[in-house]
Amino acid sequence: MSAHDNSAPVAQPTSFAFTPENLKKAQAHIAKYPPGRQASAVLPLLDLAQRQHDNWLPRAAMDAVADMLGMPRIRVYEVATFYTMFNLKPVGKHFFQICTTTPCWLRGSDEVVAACKKKLGVGIGETTADGQFTLKEVECLGACVNAPIIQVNDDFYEDLDGVSTEALIDALKRGGKPPVGSVKKRQTSAPAGGPTTLKDLSFAGGKR
Amino acid sequence: MPKLTINGKAIEVPAGTTVLQACQQAGFEVAHFCFHARLSIAGNCRMCLVEQEKAPKPIASCAMPAADGMVIHTDSEKAKKARHGVMEFLLINHPLDCPICDQGGECDLQDQAMAYGFDRGRYIENKRAVKDKNFGPLVATSMNRCIHCTRCIRFATEIAGVEDLGATGRGEDMEIGTYIERTLSSELSANIVDLCPVGALTAKPYAFVARPWELTKVESVDVLDAVGSNIRVDARGGQVLRVLPRLNEAINEEWISNKTRFALDGLTRRRLDVPYVRKNGKLAEATWHDAFGAIAARLRGVSGPRIAALAGDLADCESMLALKELMAALGSPHLDCRQDGAALDPSCRAGYLFNTTIAGIEEADVCLLIGTHPRWEAPIVNARLRKRWLQGGFKVAGIGAPRDLTYPVEWLGAGPETLADLVAGNHPFAETLKAAKKPMLVLGQGALRRRDGAAVLHLARTLAEGAGMAREDWNGFNVLHTAAARVGGLDLGFVPQASGRDTAGILSACEKGEIEFVYLLGADEIDMKRLGKAFVVYQGHHGDAGAHRADVVLPGAAYTEKDATYVNTEGRVQHGRRAVFPPGEARDDWTILRALSEVLGRKLPYDNLRALRRHLVEVNPVFGRIDETPRSAWGKFGQDGRVEREPFAYPIADFYRTDPISRASPTMAECAAQFGAGARTGTHG
Repeated sequence: MSAHDNSAPVAQPTSFAFTPENLKKAQAHIAKYPPGRQASAVLPLLDLAQRQHDNWLPRAAMDAVADMLGMPRIRVYEVATFYTMFNLKPVGKHFFQICTTTPCWLRGSDEVVAACKKKLGVGIGETTADGQFTLKEVECLGACVNAPIIQVNDDFYEDLDGVSTEALIDALKRGGKPPVGSVKKRQTSAPAGGPTTLKDLSFAGGKR
Repeated sequence: MPKLTINGKAIEVPAGTTVLQACQQAGFEVAHFCFHARLSIAGNCRMCLVEQEKAPKPIASCAMPAADGMVIHTDSEKAKKARHGVMEFLLINHPLDCPICDQGGECDLQDQAMAYGFDRGRYIENKRAVKDKNFGPLVATSMNRCIHCTRCIRFATEIAGVEDLGATGRGEDMEIGTYIERTLSSELSANIVDLCPVGALTAKPYAFVARPWELTKVESVDVLDAVGSNIRVDARGGQVLRVLPRLNEAINEEWISNKTRFALDGLTRRRLDVPYVRKNGKLAEATWHDAFGAIAARLRGVSGPRIAALAGDLADCESMLALKELMAALGSPHLDCRQDGAALDPSCRAGYLFNTTIAGIEEADVCLLIGTHPRWEAPIVNARLRKRWLQGGFKVAGIGAPRDLTYPVEWLGAGPETLADLVAGNHPFAETLKAAKKPMLVLGQGALRRRDGAAVLHLARTLAEGAGMAREDWNGFNVLHTAAARVGGLDLGFVPQASGRDTAGILSACEKGEIEFVYLLGADEIDMKRLGKAFVVYQGHHGDAGAHRADVVLPGAAYTEKDATYVNTEGRVQHGRRAVFPPGEARDDWTILRALSEVLGRKLPYDNLRALRRHLVEVNPVFGRIDETPRSAWGKFGQDGRVEREPFAYPIADFYRTDPISRASPTMAECAAQFGAGARTGTHG
């Protein structure tokens, strides 16, 4: 249910204000739209607010955006509850969005989910007690060629399986930042064992 | 003018008409839920699908503009199948709880399920469950039943101008609500009950009271403000159970205020149902015979100038005329229908009417509000002002304390000196008024019920004349009344006669003992202490201030209990009709006066309502023109004089409790506690 439940144990901050540099960015977004159409900037501003506020949007931030854009607050709540990329509850430092849509599922996303649950001891939609990790199941992230995938905050980790998922979690726990992209080290979405075509590049002077 | 063919019938419709409206004009009903002619088009229920030839899919007729050469089939196999499919989807999550639903019997979904529903469900999964919302004391919610037509959201956003409602979440998780729990703070909010095509929003005070087919329905008019909203009164077994709006494009369109709709539980409380006579300082029940006897005994030997009469805010024209003529027979010149002391000038009708008319607001381009808070004084008029503002090219300015009227208002000042500046042209807004093609001003009772009221009226008239509001083709001078009885009282001359005293004069004469007999016809809003030692007869329907002070109480009929004439603020004469009989010994008000006149030996010359109404037309021909707003001749009114610096004070302090009926209503008391003056807001503890 998306209704705001005051009894939920979410500590809402009482106020929210953009930092000076974010305020400048916000004004730049607003300036993109003609006068009287400021409301168009609601999505970038909510995103900016979420990034500033530990990757989740408190009510105060939605209100601040509404007041800034001169739109009724309910209109901002509608937008923020519609888009799944806005988190309306606090999330962990590492926000795991695990894709389980058909291509990822066929390539073993069940294993990835199981590895996350086992390693972190929390279920989908939950946050670890230390506030480091949140698991979320999402629909297609659009990187099916390198399935299965987890999006950690803004970074994609691809070609995962159970073992590499656990290794990823370990690395993050140690405070490291594993290289983004395919964990099998393939170049973007080129074939896993290296190129299978265009091996002879003599026609282009032999250079890759 | 597009020409199209609907079910083989050729029809030409105005440009901009939707296919659905074209179908209706051609006489073919198209099922729909989300479409509403007064709201923006949403196109989200999909019930209005029809087949259009050469279109690949059925079209949503409510959102499709009619175009030249369209060939539409509303009853083809394809169209029917599409609607059957939509209905099945709508019913997936709709609980089948019609037997315990208040909408049962007058439900669009129920009716259309009869036409397009399948006789069994194919959906075996669990239905979704949605938490009910708290929309305050008037609107009950059962959100499982919601089909997401968004009519309530569009009404709150567009008509009421209170953007509190929205749809949060998406897909199956979509919910209608306020997100952060809050009640709907609009005076028109309960209209969403009528708009809701299913039983998701129902009337809380009417919950589980009756089924629609048990009710007798009477078409009447509302008297709780001076708008004269057209209503339908639904009653069962001698009790009014609900009030619904009735369509009148010229007045209330199809909306009514929350007070009009829900003050009716005051009609069964604190009622005067037997006559009372004060004996040894206490009111004791009496018979009509004794009550009349007591009045006759007290009046014996009292000369006319020592008698006075005041008419209240809910009085009907018939009883005011009867009382006026009884007073004339008794030789009393002291009578007044302006119990609030407003400086209305009865000599010129244009000087006390809403001349532009409510529908005429839509032609105006500039509006100046003077000492009026229309959102509380006449929510329906305020909704029309908002409607005009939404159409664009409308500027509103106000003189008085700033209030949120649901549209932007430029507040020019607080009191009469700003008005004087405007008249003198010393204010920048004077230019705006001059430049306007159809300017209007609305003069509230807050500007008139002051010591300098006549001077303010004069200033307003001067401004109207200077700004071209009093023209042959346009009258932009408007007085917004708050009492249903006021215009009627002025029209039939219930005002001081030659050498008579007005309300203030009567009260001070009572204090001095110069008046020893006062007849209150439902007058409750005066300071009863100032009546001094006078013998007071109170005729009315509620045990309010007047009845407590009275020496003799005569129980009358409330507006739902009598056939009566009222004149609204535009000067529109309308007939209210009896839905139920007055309780106990109470009687129609004019018959009480007629009977009393006979006891006093001054028999009034009418024995039935028809004769009295004929006489009403003789007194003022305007009473013969039902539901019309004839133009009134412009004239001189108001009095030149000095105005004070004191700011205008609005006449209504608490929208939900303005008259004896709403003051007796528990629902209105609850509303006042939630929304009224001094209400606790969400930020309290």
